[in-house]
Amino acid sequence: MSLKRPAKDQPEKFEFNSSSLEAAKIMVAKYPEGKQQSAVMALLYIAQKQNNNWIPLAAMKYIAKFLDMPYIKVYEVATFYSMYNLSPVGKYFVQVCTTTPCMIRGANKLVEACKEKISENESELSSEKNCSWMEVECLGACVNAPMMQINDDYYEDLDKEKTLKILDQILKGQKPKPGSYRGRINNEPENNRKTLMDLKNA
Amino acid sequence: MLKDQDRIFQNLYNDLGSDVNSSQKRGDWVNTKEITDKGRDWIINEIKDSQLRGRGGAGFPTGLKWSFAPKEVGSRPHYLVINGDESEPGTCKDRDILRFEPHKLIEGCLLASYAVQAHVCYIYIRGEYFIDGQKLQAAIDEAYKENLIGKNAAGTGWDLDIYIHYGAGAYICGEETALLESIEGKKGQPRLKPPFPALIGLYGCPTIVNNVETIAVVPTILRKGAKWFSSLGREKNTGTKIFCISGNVNNPCNVEEEMNIPLKELIEVHAGGVIGGWDNLQAVIPGGSSMPLIPKEKCETLKMDFDSLVAEKSGLGTAGIVVINKDQDIIKCMARIARFYKHESCGQCTPCREGSGWMWRMLERMAKGEASKDEVDMLDDVTKQIEGHTICAFGEGSSWPVQGLLRHFKDEIKKRNKFDPIVKENKNIPYLVDQHLLDKNA
Repeated sequence: MSLKRPAKDQPEKFEFNSSSLEAAKIMVAKYPEGKQQSAVMALLYIAQKQNNNWIPLAAMKYIAKFLDMPYIKVYEVATFYSMYNLSPVGKYFVQVCTTTPCMIRGANKLVEACKEKISENESELSSEKNCSWMEVECLGACVNAPMMQINDDYYEDLDKEKTLKILDQILKGQKPKPGSYRGRINNEPENNRKTLMDLKNA
Repeated sequence: MLKDQDRIFQNLYNDLGSDVNSSQKRGDWVNTKEITDKGRDWIINEIKDSQLRGRGGAGFPTGLKWSFAPKEVGSRPHYLVINGDESEPGTCKDRDILRFEPHKLIEGCLLASYAVQAHVCYIYIRGEYFIDGQKLQAAIDEAYKENLIGKNAAGTGWDLDIYIHYGAGAYICGEETALLESIEGKKGQPRLKPPFPALIGLYGCPTIVNNVETIAVVPTILRKGAKWFSSLGREKNTGTKIFCISGNVNNPCNVEEEMNIPLKELIEVHAGGVIGGWDNLQAVIPGGSSMPLIPKEKCETLKMDFDSLVAEKSGLGTAGIVVINKDQDIIKCMARIARFYKHESCGQCTPCREGSGWMWRMLERMAKGEASKDEVDMLDDVTKQIEGHTICAFGEGSSWPVQGLLRHFKDEIKKRNKFDPIVKENKNIPYLVDQHLLDKNA
């Protein structure tokens, strides 16, 4: 269950812009006729993307009308799932995995780095108001632990120094390369690969 | 070690590229029509004969599940739903299939849809895997372009549409009925079973829900034959499996291996050994966070398959192996897992909603040595109150790891938490909270 609360300052109006509207129509078309409610999750994502990474209540009302469903049902969905941000998180949203597989490989160092570079507390905007971080549950990249996600990208095999460097680049508006930061390829055992060697050397 | 030619996922490390041309070179989409021409019953029987068990955690026989779908399509259409909501801590196998072997999955979707007579297939991917989902979407678009899916998919005469549905960070949506609720645009709260999804599933229609890995191995089984697949591993635990080895090992990795492989071989050979040497091993979580841990002594001889692990009171689950060495505080590791379950409980059933937080708080105190010694038994009692008293298997998933800890590390907890709440001496204090306990001893 998500423990997020809607922001206090809410914009009065929300409307899809033309590109969001187009994307929304494609989403609704994926589901059988009369089952347009299925698209609510996708539409919330679209609203979140359009509105700087968070969903205002006005957007939920708009989506409810758009899909012809009660507002409370949209609200239920938006508050149930943890990936919908109900208050501003900044343009760069950093999520650090701290579940056991990452924890035992030193995820707390990543948290320290975030505290130094972004803000003292989690879910708190940085001084420039463009970035925030939070601890999250397993992000499903356990063999590349510890790792973090910045917006859509995974940054893997990190330590404190590398995290500080990535955050520096992010805060400067650059886009560091996602993936492993120990130079290994995807999920292969580093320098210890014993399988499918013919393909590797081919 | 498994021979390379017996590995199903040749592109596990993306040496070859995931596009349709290189997939075809690896044997995907080669004779799909010949397979479907052999008919539905042949496909289902072949999968039954291969003894393939679901790779999502529960290990239910896949062929049997498919045979539950109604033989005739009635007024309600059939659906195939692929579960790619991989969120179990320690598990990251489906992600590699989505990004590096998408065509195995898509072809598997076609064959499975044909077998259960579905024309629409939804692939549910966890929201965090957005980039990997986009790679799968690119592969789906490619497949549409090459007429491998869509109308008369791959020349089989079967129409199939595949859509991706993204989740949004809810672990519980990996439970099949919660996943269906989520696709219907609701909160992901599990439904009561029965009715099972095979009869009343998505939009109230017959629905077969399978894990990504299960479906992705289907085309290879049908090509190479059930005999080949069942010759690997041992009876009822056949075939190959992607193992994810994470935690305190020198080379954490994903590797496809034969079922029934010794755990020690996986750790020592593929993952480069435990950090600090084998003697530094403390415990192993063998199948994702919800499976009880196994202490070092048993790891020496442990074989990794469904039934061997059940015999050890654990389970293969998703085959996400988390290695914990002696540098770690085992109680803290389990407390963190308990926090995960507290965070992810959907809140529908009271024992799970309240119990998961209760277990977490107790374990946190136990890690710090602030709990009383009675609480060790109370914790055990709490896990028993949750287990089996919930709608879905989340109750078991959250209480089993704690039970595993209590089973193997009770002494460690008791050593750290010696505090006795009963004041034995000052019997004259009238308002002593635990006075009634004293009376019993008097």
